[in-house]
Amino acid sequence: MSAAPITVYVPRDSAALAVGADEVADTLQAECARRGIALNLVRNGSRGLFWLETLLEVATPRGRIAYGPVQPEDVAGLLDAGLLNGAAHALCHGPTEQIPYLAKQERLCFARMGVTDPLSLADYEAHEGWSGLRAALAMPGETIVQQVLDSGLRGRGGAAFPTGIKWKTVAAAQAAQKYVVCNADEGDSGTFSDRMTMEGDPFMLIEGMTIAALAVGATRGYVYIRSEYPDAVATMSEAVVRAQAAGFLGDDILGSGRSLHLEIRKAAGAYVCGEETAMLESLEGRRGIVRAKPPLPAIEGLFGKPTVINNVISFASVPLILARGAAFYRDYGVGRSRGTLPIQLAGNIRHGGLVEKAFGISLRELMYDFGGGSASGRPIKAVQVGGPLGAYVPESQWDLPLDYEAYAAVGAVVGHGGIVVHDDTADLAKLARYAMEFCAIESCGKCTPCRIGSTRGVEVIDRIVAPPSSTRNSTRNGPQHNRPQQVQLLRDLCDTMLNGSLCAMGGMTPYPVLSALNHYPQDFGIATPDREAA
Amino acid sequence: MSAQPAAANAATSPETITRTVLARRAQEPGALLPILHEVQDALGHVPREVVPQIAEALNLSRAEVHGVVTYYHHFRSEAPGRHVVQVCRAEACQAMGADALFEHAEQRLGCHAHGGHGSTSDDGSFTLNPVFCLGLCASSPAIVIDERLHARMTPERFDQLIGKLEAAA
Repeated sequence: MSAAPITVYVPRDSAALAVGADEVADTLQAECARRGIALNLVRNGSRGLFWLETLLEVATPRGRIAYGPVQPEDVAGLLDAGLLNGAAHALCHGPTEQIPYLAKQERLCFARMGVTDPLSLADYEAHEGWSGLRAALAMPGETIVQQVLDSGLRGRGGAAFPTGIKWKTVAAAQAAQKYVVCNADEGDSGTFSDRMTMEGDPFMLIEGMTIAALAVGATRGYVYIRSEYPDAVATMSEAVVRAQAAGFLGDDILGSGRSLHLEIRKAAGAYVCGEETAMLESLEGRRGIVRAKPPLPAIEGLFGKPTVINNVISFASVPLILARGAAFYRDYGVGRSRGTLPIQLAGNIRHGGLVEKAFGISLRELMYDFGGGSASGRPIKAVQVGGPLGAYVPESQWDLPLDYEAYAAVGAVVGHGGIVVHDDTADLAKLARYAMEFCAIESCGKCTPCRIGSTRGVEVIDRIVAPPSSTRNSTRNGPQHNRPQQVQLLRDLCDTMLNGSLCAMGGMTPYPVLSALNHYPQDFGIATPDREAA
Repeated sequence: MSAQPAAANAATSPETITRTVLARRAQEPGALLPILHEVQDALGHVPREVVPQIAEALNLSRAEVHGVVTYYHHFRSEAPGRHVVQVCRAEACQAMGADALFEHAEQRLGCHAHGGHGSTSDDGSFTLNPVFCLGLCASSPAIVIDERLHARMTPERFDQLIGKLEAAA
């Protein structure tokens, strides 16, 4: 047996754990021990090619060779076939970096994802880690803010507000205490880029938050992570301890005399706490009820103090901008959507996963060139972009460039970049009803259009889809409902919710509802398209 | 509703555990959620009898603490069944058959959840909770059994996993 241990990578991302990565790692270690083979097992993040998880990689002179999806029972056979030399096998995909799905991407934010051991400071440093922070420490705060402004970075949580402008407002505010808060309450179905970042490259988020703190003069920070992400909470907590011990956080960041104390806070399963003011209430120890704005959190945020609030990916994009310069980042993208977006391909899709591309790619390219069509093999019918509050996008719009303004022009949203694919068995009336039902379950209850409107929305959709001969609800509106009248009622209700809600929960629930109604009227039992202003 | 075997002695009584948590965390800014998490992690739920104790330590009214416990889906006032099963009901899982999987789980476990709420089987073996997104949307449908994630779930695999739990009981 050769003396030098062979390095094998088995991901620790929860999407890999959920399909048995721990069992694969255990079996591999046991098999190698039995055969007297020295093994250096690294638990890396995920490359984001989830249909191949558990994706096992072996370091060879030809680079890292990928095998997947590996089940525990495949391990012995793989070793027999020469896994540790990167030998051919039915599960072998050749050099990882040359897998087309990965090779075609533009990974800026996710450059280290799946490459490194997430909690290794040495790995992070060896892959350009902390170079953004070191650059920022040599700059005055306003120069950092200017770099972020010049990069064109917009909030990746969904609202797409220019990050630099937010930072500038907080920097200009006068207060004895300021905060940086990371909104990691990634509750949108179809999104997992925040989770991957926290589990797979946590120091990147810490570095981004530290740069933000330097830019605005904040000395305390919180990462508010959803309770549905226990692995992210654990990894982030450990990363904070390690970063602090190594001097990247704490009272004297890299000997600069500047300080940032970062705390991980676990949320408690309220979707609306992804709304920034509800999140602040939750961090302060109250029910996550939305606050009226103004005052803006940038002026009066956490505990009434000026607060930078950004999404995980917004903060995580900053280290590279500082390390390579604003122009480098701004050169990617189209129009006013600059840089790259970590897009998440999910739902009924053959090759689901993480695709980081510059803005401007189309849904068709994403779903077919990357995604390989539906998982079921049936035709794709509808795609929901931007989470539960995003519109269903019909085939006529699949060639639009992914761009905040282009999507807004057709009543859709890019949001956090989650793409949920449905095949032709999907019932869009049912999905529209679900959007209203979800809003009813998750509404914080502060404003009437959201609290009451969502329940009325469920009821009116039930009446629309009820068979015309139904007499079940005959007591209220006569012998049977007048469907066009009920459709008009739903549109009026959506109009009230859109314009009268305090936050995006009630204000955007009409997006999936109206898009389903406008583009798939047949699912509501409407023969002739009922197309008014959407 | 079955009762989880309660803490056996005074050293691990809910009041004692809560007191320990409060002593460590009550002075932190915005301490209520971290405190409730620690209490629930230790006891499996936040018993009603510790609410006044938490309220007093944080200088809040009992109503305020009760309001927070009941506002968040994660916190429960009742002890759960011996095993907690969460099935994702969000869109990406729906696109891969989560509705049918949820119905299957209700039947198999003898739990009948409604709306956003969970339910516990009559014999106290299982609590079934709907959950809205586990972040495994490219490997759907996804579930959690006692903190352990499982993706690409099918009714057949679900039955195998539950069968193993029942055999071990």
